[in-house]
Amino acid sequence: MSATSVKRRSPVLLTIYSALVFAFVYLPILVLVVYSFNHDGVGGFPPRHFTFDWYRQLIADSAIWNSVLNSLYVAAEAVVVSLTLGLLAALALDRANFPGKALFRRLVLLPLILPGIITGLSLLMFAVAVGLGRGLTAVFFGHGTALISVATTEIFAGLQKLDRRQEEASLDLGATPWRTFWHVTLPNLRLSLIAAGLLIFTLSVDEIAVTFFLIGSDNTLPQEIWGRLRRGITPEINAISTLILIVSILLITIWYRLRTRSERHCS
Amino acid sequence: MTPAASTSPGAALLEVRAVSKRFGEKRVLKTLSLNVVQGEFLTLLGESGSGKTTLLRLIAGFEQPSAGEIWMNGERLDTLPPYKRRVNTVFQQYALFPHLNVRENVAYGLRANDTPKEEIRPRVEAALAMVRMSEYSDAKPTKLSGGQQQRIALARALINRPQLLLLDEPLSALDANLRKEMQGELKSLQREVGITFLFVTHDQEEAMALSDRIALLKDGGLEQVASPREIYAHPATAYTAQFIGQTNLLRGEIRANVAECGFLRFPAAAADGPVLLSIRPESIFLATDNLSIADPVRFCATVRQQFFGGATELLELVCTDSQLLRVRIGARGPLSGEHEFVFSAAEAIRVEP
Amino acid sequence: MYSRRYRLAVSLPPLFWVVLFLLFPYSLMFAHSFWITQDGSIVHNWSLHQYFQLFTNPLYATVFFRTLRIAAFVTLFSLLLGFPLAYFLSFHAGPRKELLYQLVIVPLWVSYLVRGYAWKTILGTDGVLNGALQYLHITHEPLSALLYSPFAVVLMLTHIYTPFVFLPIYASLEHIPRPLVEASHDLGANSRFTFFRVILPLSMPGLLAGATFAFVLTLGDFLAPILVGGPSGTMIANVVQSLFGAAYDWPLGAAISVFILFITVGLLFCTERLEKRWTF
Repeated sequence: MSATSVKRRSPVLLTIYSALVFAFVYLPILVLVVYSFNHDGVGGFPPRHFTFDWYRQLIADSAIWNSVLNSLYVAAEAVVVSLTLGLLAALALDRANFPGKALFRRLVLLPLILPGIITGLSLLMFAVAVGLGRGLTAVFFGHGTALISVATTEIFAGLQKLDRRQEEASLDLGATPWRTFWHVTLPNLRLSLIAAGLLIFTLSVDEIAVTFFLIGSDNTLPQEIWGRLRRGITPEINAISTLILIVSILLITIWYRLRTRSERHCS
Repeated sequence: MTPAASTSPGAALLEVRAVSKRFGEKRVLKTLSLNVVQGEFLTLLGESGSGKTTLLRLIAGFEQPSAGEIWMNGERLDTLPPYKRRVNTVFQQYALFPHLNVRENVAYGLRANDTPKEEIRPRVEAALAMVRMSEYSDAKPTKLSGGQQQRIALARALINRPQLLLLDEPLSALDANLRKEMQGELKSLQREVGITFLFVTHDQEEAMALSDRIALLKDGGLEQVASPREIYAHPATAYTAQFIGQTNLLRGEIRANVAECGFLRFPAAAADGPVLLSIRPESIFLATDNLSIADPVRFCATVRQQFFGGATELLELVCTDSQLLRVRIGARGPLSGEHEFVFSAAEAIRVEP
Repeated sequence: MYSRRYRLAVSLPPLFWVVLFLLFPYSLMFAHSFWITQDGSIVHNWSLHQYFQLFTNPLYATVFFRTLRIAAFVTLFSLLLGFPLAYFLSFHAGPRKELLYQLVIVPLWVSYLVRGYAWKTILGTDGVLNGALQYLHITHEPLSALLYSPFAVVLMLTHIYTPFVFLPIYASLEHIPRPLVEASHDLGANSRFTFFRVILPLSMPGLLAGATFAFVLTLGDFLAPILVGGPSGTMIANVVQSLFGAAYDWPLGAAISVFILFITVGLLFCTERLEKRWTF
């Protein structure tokens, strides 16, 4: 007699509901992708006349590619600044006690949880006050500041998983703290650093709320898209969106793999 | 706290009929059958990987058998979900609900079965009194020690008056002294409430101390099922002989009713052929102790190592044919060199390899 | 183990940066909220004038309460969508759990703008949804009320924040030791009882974190109303935005921003206390 006569009552309703939620989350994105190949524009149903035209238009669109360059430029700088300061901040939180430490920790987290408009406007006021004005430099400071907390959190988590005894052994064997840091601590944090860097890069390229208030005449990619949207919708925007989607998926997959690898690595 | 016993003591409460379990490709339980007698304290004993926990989980309802059936009280058990079985479990790490206090934890099963409120309170108090944890009724489980948590887990399970209580290595997280104490408490508790206990452990000493019967599992199969005394005195296989207590295994041949194991020769009433004999260390004595032994077998051996054990000594002997034997004698100070030893031929038990 | 020099070296740079680029700017914002504008320029006369304006002008009240309503709905719907999904993944997804988890977080990293734009193309009178409805003969005319309404804002932000809400809830659920669920079943509780008495209470920290996140971020969102909100879907952050733009009244804008900031911080403080109470 078959012994699987008690069917583990698989929750049918829940499964269907979850599938629907998944659909809700993905359908709009899929629509976007599909219509980037649609000849007749952004609306209407069903899509007819498959074409690559919009992609061709996109490739020829120099304004977009300039903005991509600006975004990459800002993102690269943000990664450098955020990682450096985030590393130091994580080390400080982990190893040093100073007055106002709790306040510092909360302050660093604020840009993550406050609506971007507040951070953006505050920085705008600051930029005006110090005579910097709007522009890519201001944007760079904005991103660097907002994203320090991302770096700090990731690296701090990596520090927690670090085996202290390696550092102690190094010091015991006569290495200076600086050498220990360079040859023992840092290599162990490698995975955390790369993961954090990827994350910061992606967030910086996508950033729009803070950027909105600090941008000058040189646009970042999201700003450029935003400007186009105000003027009118074309499927070219679908095309660039699809490309952004693909790159994001790639980056996040790599980030996820790194993260899980670091967890396995240290346990 | 006696359950509505629909089976009289001595009758089989639980029947495991030809049950096997595989996880994907891996065969965790080979086809096995076992009866649990009403009112007994039965221990599933085995190493990790022996399948004892899997068997327990099949009875509890957390897994389904790949083949076979489980019956309790004349009714099919394995087709029921866990919450419909008159079986309760004490988990290895107690699994107390951290967000509920002790009283709420213990009352959980009653609440889940819509027991009227007026009935819950006195029953909870009685259950806590039974495990002597009444003063802790408002505490949160995380504030209690391991032993205390264990008692709450017991109360929480027993309050539901199950017909069968499953205990999944409940004492393994406790330190040695507390363990001994809890063993005693468990045994008397079982006697007191009269509920059938199915206990899982890898500790053979524990199994022997507590059980009415031991079911020894190895690699997913039942090696032997017997009372502790029976299984100790008459192990069926070499594995059993070595797992439960210590033993010496002698390999040899039987020819014309004489066992020849290396340099030892002694009468053995059995058919000709290869044989494996088990003889316990405490069954071998120093000849100079002059004990009267039936069918004595004498031999000489050199003491290679000696381990003092408080009341006894454990001697590691090297025999003339380089065979190693272990002997346990009463404490008497350091010995060295060659000595004469003796054992009774009747103590050499035949075991299956 | 760490020398004073080491500790100074690691703490000073980030501290310095944070003070300069966070503390100082936020303080500037704070200061501005007490100043006033006169003849088109900002005058540093300290007063509570802006706050007075903020609380007495019915226009701001209307927009603010609409924002609160939208935030409440977005939070509610995100929870209704995100929680069951997290529960399904954590308890019923089996070996596909990892893969499904990755699938859920991917949309998170697809640009906000991209997702907002998607809704714009879907909900418009010439959009995909109307096109599909007409194609299937469910409607004969385009529904114009879909886009440029608070409904569209709620829809878009729910879409954006559902994965956000999913993450901490999933983490909380994963933290629940499975023996607890087995123990509950063992004691006679069916799945429903187990869910409400064991799983839900233990997932509270994640639920609170996710809900706060969604609520607070919606509260300060200004992009969604511009994309899909239309005039009837304006939110308080748009008011701030225009005060810093065309309407040029920085002090008033700062006052509203400070107000939003206080609500945000207050909410975070409350949920942090609550989360502590619900952590075991």
